[in-house]
Amino acid sequence: MTEVTALSIQNVSKNFGGLVAVDQMTFDVMEHEVVGLIGPNGSGKTTMLNLISGFLKLSSGQVGVFGKSITGRSANRIARRGIARTFQLVRMLPSMTVRENVAAGGVFGYQRYWGVELDRRTNFVIEQVGLGGKDAMPVVALTYIDQKRVELARALISDPQLILLDEWLAGLNPKEMEIGIKLINELRFEGRTLIIVEHYMDAIRSLCDRCIVMNSGAKIAEGSPHEVLSDPEVVRAYLGDNDA
Amino acid sequence: MRRRYYGGRRRWEFVGMTRRELYGLLTGIIIFALASLLPLVNTGYGLSLGVTIAMYTVLSTSWALFSGPTHYISLATAAFFGLGMYVVGGGLEMYPFPILILIAAGVGAVLAGFIGIATLRLSGVYFVIFTLGLAELIRQLVTWGQTTLGTSSGLYVLTNIDEKMIYWQLLVLAAFVYLIGWWINRSKLGFALRIIGNDEKVAAHSGINTALVKVLLFMVSGSIAAVTGALLAPRWTYIEPTIAFSPMLSFLVVIMALIGGAHRLWGPVLGVVPFALVWDLITAKFPNQTALMLGIAFLLIVYAIPHGFIGLGEKYWAKYKVWRDRA
Repeated sequence: MTEVTALSIQNVSKNFGGLVAVDQMTFDVMEHEVVGLIGPNGSGKTTMLNLISGFLKLSSGQVGVFGKSITGRSANRIARRGIARTFQLVRMLPSMTVRENVAAGGVFGYQRYWGVELDRRTNFVIEQVGLGGKDAMPVVALTYIDQKRVELARALISDPQLILLDEWLAGLNPKEMEIGIKLINELRFEGRTLIIVEHYMDAIRSLCDRCIVMNSGAKIAEGSPHEVLSDPEVVRAYLGDNDA
Repeated sequence: MRRRYYGGRRRWEFVGMTRRELYGLLTGIIIFALASLLPLVNTGYGLSLGVTIAMYTVLSTSWALFSGPTHYISLATAAFFGLGMYVVGGGLEMYPFPILILIAAGVGAVLAGFIGIATLRLSGVYFVIFTLGLAELIRQLVTWGQTTLGTSSGLYVLTNIDEKMIYWQLLVLAAFVYLIGWWINRSKLGFALRIIGNDEKVAAHSGINTALVKVLLFMVSGSIAAVTGALLAPRWTYIEPTIAFSPMLSFLVVIMALIGGAHRLWGPVLGVVPFALVWDLITAKFPNQTALMLGIAFLLIVYAIPHGFIGLGEKYWAKYKVWRDRA
């Protein structure tokens, strides 16, 4: 199997005034790989995703997608390059129906659809994420997991090369969590390239090929979920020193 | 199970023209045909009121093209309107009237483009204040230019264009605005605008160049306001900055559009007609109470009908449908 680098992050930093939120991060994500980005609260995971998706401008460093630089590009151009995302706190388009919310991702993104094609593609992803039959509903009437499904569908519809899931499972109850993990697993077997930010370790273990652990904005470990979760430094980052 | 949603009535909006759009188009044609008969019936007070209503219909509808979906409240209408008027006032001796209309359209679009690039990064109240200040700035500049370069503070606009012609020209412009609005609503541009109005971050992350879309729409809206000013210049034989760049105009346009409902193409006109009639009555009978009426209109918009008459109608229509389906 040939290894193709989908995303390469080199020495990326972000500081807000004097605060360094992301500190010299360097890592790669291979095509078809599912990478978990984990770390304690405030370690800079979401900021890292925001830098990749163009939500925030990076202070220094390089970001590349399939060998082409997207460093410093605006969010809309990065989206067109094939990076889609969901948000930590779901962002719905409140005045629109489920269908329009999903279609919104498929008109201007990586693959662009319109008219009958958009119609067909929207139907497909709505079914895929399990929203079938709810497409005419206003999004405000949806349950939390269904809103999360809408966001996932909106990211999927343009068939992006890389999807960033920012705590997509957070806030779900145990039963919904099971459904959610199954859904992401399906994406994994579809061969999608994903970066997952998550706190729920069981999900990380079952979903990720590889994990990157952040603490205070910097990378402290990288490897298989089993490896990094038994790494003493990672344990220390999460739980503090034994003899503290 | 699923087919029920897609078969028959619920089709995806922007494919082909639906039956509803066809009815809308026919209704529109009939209303325009009836409205164009007005100068044949009355050429005095009625026509004058008709010109005012047509003018505010064009201004409010084109204002809502941009501000309806994006929720950016622009108070710069008077700047575009006044510039259009001055293009005609200043160029009448050099160019024929139709050319001046085109120049006004161009000048309006260019000005809107500059304002857009400079300000659309501002959000909410900052944008509102900036546009108001900008309209004032342009008025001051024009006044200053006239008194230093010219001899008087105003310009004479002497043409043989009578009120009847102005009225018909405005109707044509209004039809044009509705066609543009209809086209935008069913195009990708309109879809992008609605997404931006809902959540600009989601729009950007869906691949929409939000700045470009907003500037484009602002240019369309500004250009139309400038043409309106150009068409109305012959109505006054003498124009000066206080008439052409009246801030009251900007406020009235916003209020009328919001009272009617800025989120639908034909919303603003439902605000313009009643408001213009009442406004006319009040300025004639109680000229000192106009500010009071503005205040009441503002309160009405904020407390009673946040989505305008159209929103009110839609609310009760939805309730009626629930009731009907239950019965």
